[in-house]
Amino acid sequence: MTDQRSQAEIVRKSLKRRYRKERRFRLYGMLAIFIALASLVTLFADIISKGHTGFVKTTITLDVNLDSELMYLEDPTDADQRSMADFVAPIVAALQEQLPEVDGAGEKRELGRLLGTYAASEISDVLINNPELLDTTQTIEFLAHDRVSVYVKHAGNPRYSIKLSEQQQRWVDELLEKGVIDTSFNDVLFSRGDSREPANAGVLGAIVGSLLTMLVTLAISFPVGIAAAVYLEEFAPENKLTDFIEVNINNLAAVPSIIFGLLGLAVFIGLFGMPRSVPVVGGLVLALMTLPTIIISSRAAIKSVPPSIREAAEGVGASKMQVVLHHVIPLAMPGMLTGSIIGMAQALGETAPLLLIGMVAFIVDVPGGFFDSATVLPVQIYLWASSSEQGFVELASAAIMVLLTFMISMNALAIWLRKRLERRW
Amino acid sequence: MIKLKTALTSLTLAGSIAAISAPAMARDTINIVGSSTVYPFATVVAERFGRNTDFPTPKLESTGSGGGLKLFCEGVGTQHPDITNASRRMKTSEFENCQANGVKEIIEVRIGADGIVIANSKDAEKLDLTLEQVFLALAKDVPNPDGGDELIANPYMKWSDIDSSLPDFEISVMGPPPTSGTRDAFVELAMESGCKQFDMIAQMEDENEDKFKSVCHSMREDGPFIEAGENDNLIVQRLAQDPETLGIFGYSFLMENSGQIQAASVNGVEPTPEAISSEDYPVARSLWFYVKKAHVGVVPGIPEYVAEFTSESTWGDNGYLVDVGLIPNPRNERMEIAKAVKELKPMTGNEL
Repeated sequence: MTDQRSQAEIVRKSLKRRYRKERRFRLYGMLAIFIALASLVTLFADIISKGHTGFVKTTITLDVNLDSELMYLEDPTDADQRSMADFVAPIVAALQEQLPEVDGAGEKRELGRLLGTYAASEISDVLINNPELLDTTQTIEFLAHDRVSVYVKHAGNPRYSIKLSEQQQRWVDELLEKGVIDTSFNDVLFSRGDSREPANAGVLGAIVGSLLTMLVTLAISFPVGIAAAVYLEEFAPENKLTDFIEVNINNLAAVPSIIFGLLGLAVFIGLFGMPRSVPVVGGLVLALMTLPTIIISSRAAIKSVPPSIREAAEGVGASKMQVVLHHVIPLAMPGMLTGSIIGMAQALGETAPLLLIGMVAFIVDVPGGFFDSATVLPVQIYLWASSSEQGFVELASAAIMVLLTFMISMNALAIWLRKRLERRW
Repeated sequence: MIKLKTALTSLTLAGSIAAISAPAMARDTINIVGSSTVYPFATVVAERFGRNTDFPTPKLESTGSGGGLKLFCEGVGTQHPDITNASRRMKTSEFENCQANGVKEIIEVRIGADGIVIANSKDAEKLDLTLEQVFLALAKDVPNPDGGDELIANPYMKWSDIDSSLPDFEISVMGPPPTSGTRDAFVELAMESGCKQFDMIAQMEDENEDKFKSVCHSMREDGPFIEAGENDNLIVQRLAQDPETLGIFGYSFLMENSGQIQAASVNGVEPTPEAISSEDYPVARSLWFYVKKAHVGVVPGIPEYVAEFTSESTWGDNGYLVDVGLIPNPRNERMEIAKAVKELKPMTGNEL
């Protein structure tokens, strides 16, 4: 009796301490989550605050008189004449109409510098496609020069330095008031490849490159990974060799990705003589990298199929192969798909192995096939982040937002598939 | 499900067979590799070339001068690059390596000059350094400040330890890694000249050249010199954040970021375009690219690309490369180079 009482006493005494301990423990957990969330919010806030202006372009819309005399151009279909023609003159003339006070060759030159680098080729493109427009007045939208764009979007922001002269700033202010210079949604970002001119640079080339690379990765790593997982889980005998293979697969999952790049350089480019910088090689390298992830998650999915299903199938006379193909794989599919999608999302964000096989490159043309030079989204971000022009700072952040959107949608797809197809026993 | 699987498996098989049997295939895009310093100039030229001609836009990889020359010299054939950019001249050893691998005819083009600046944040005091001070701040071993003929591990931790006229803060300089041409040029132009200011080391040059090189070319590894990546933009960002840090990079980066950073004068000379072109500014270097003549006619557009690069509207005094920060060659030199390039005149190896 006394013994029991003293025990209860001990429990009561320690109760407060134990409660305190538990509260502390919970607090640590909440703190950990808070830190994780806070860093995530900081990251997103930083990227969005830097990048949202990347989705806006600065344009100059002018009524340009495509005067043949001013351009020294009689026949726009003649390439020789085109190469000698002055396509800038009519644009500067149209700008001058808006700003009548501009006078003299020097000022005109300064005025012309407000235009993007490829304004002249915009006019020449218009005339090549529609030669009959010569000597008519057309409303054409030009991209403004990066300096103008920085001034319009970031005047007063200490992180940017304004490179326009005071006179040019006055002109831009006046043109802004008249609505000649305007900002709108940056469709260029989604319709072009890379450029050294921030206003002309887009992520389409990188998106297509990523897509082609991911297709190759998927076509190789998904069937191979699932076949390997099914064999190891369902058919392989348990011996030293399969143990050894298993250990190696687990090790491969932890190998730094740059090693796969070196492997790709030595084997695919060195040995097989495949070209550098192409999505096929990138896809092969990334497939090797994602294979272990897919095998491991697929094996886990196969393991989670209850033995009763197998036994029931075998009981009604199904062969081992029928059991696997008709019952195990369909039931394990949601888990396999989830693992594969997460593996693919990882591959989508990879740059290190691509550095060695030449996919970190300046590529302007949007790739048209698996053997065209291409780059991928994370590489594009890296390249822009290391460019010296100020306009690329916001573009890099905008490209990060595009990449994150892809990642989030892939992960959301994985979650949706799991929720949708998963069966509980 | 079975059908899907067989389809996928056969696709994979077909893919791997195609991969194994892929020969060195024909290519219609010019491949360019090389220096990260020339990259901003070459990409602008490549993009214009792609827009204004019917050829596809050349593909550029930034591999560093040494890495580019290594790839370039690996052999002839479309799996190897056609052109490599360099922020220093090809070394004799590299020329021999090229020859040994069958890359016999190489056309050399000097495109202009670039200065290397030592810069800090605009919020900080503007510095006036001599090459001797730069050497003392950044070398691994320096002459003993207490006198004597021996070299000791670099004892200077603050700028004011080197010279009382310099500011009183820790030495902290971010510079490029050894793979970078900027590093090679900095070591040769700044460190070596600074090194020669000391009689005892200058004597060494005649007596023991290897020792001289190792003393003058070794950067300190005890912290004050920080090796940054090839990403010069990152250095600029760090400088803007920390006014006591200095950075070493190409002149074009100074020009693009003149709002945030300022350059120190070296030996009393400011890094202006004129001073760099005339090499009055002591840390100036030439930029180059090398063309594989065996690829002319195999990969379309190489002569046209070189012609675009060497036209007056590109690399001339008012050319568009000047806007990106190139310091042009003097006009008569440009004329000579453009003429030699038009004839596709290969190097002999003696000029190195």
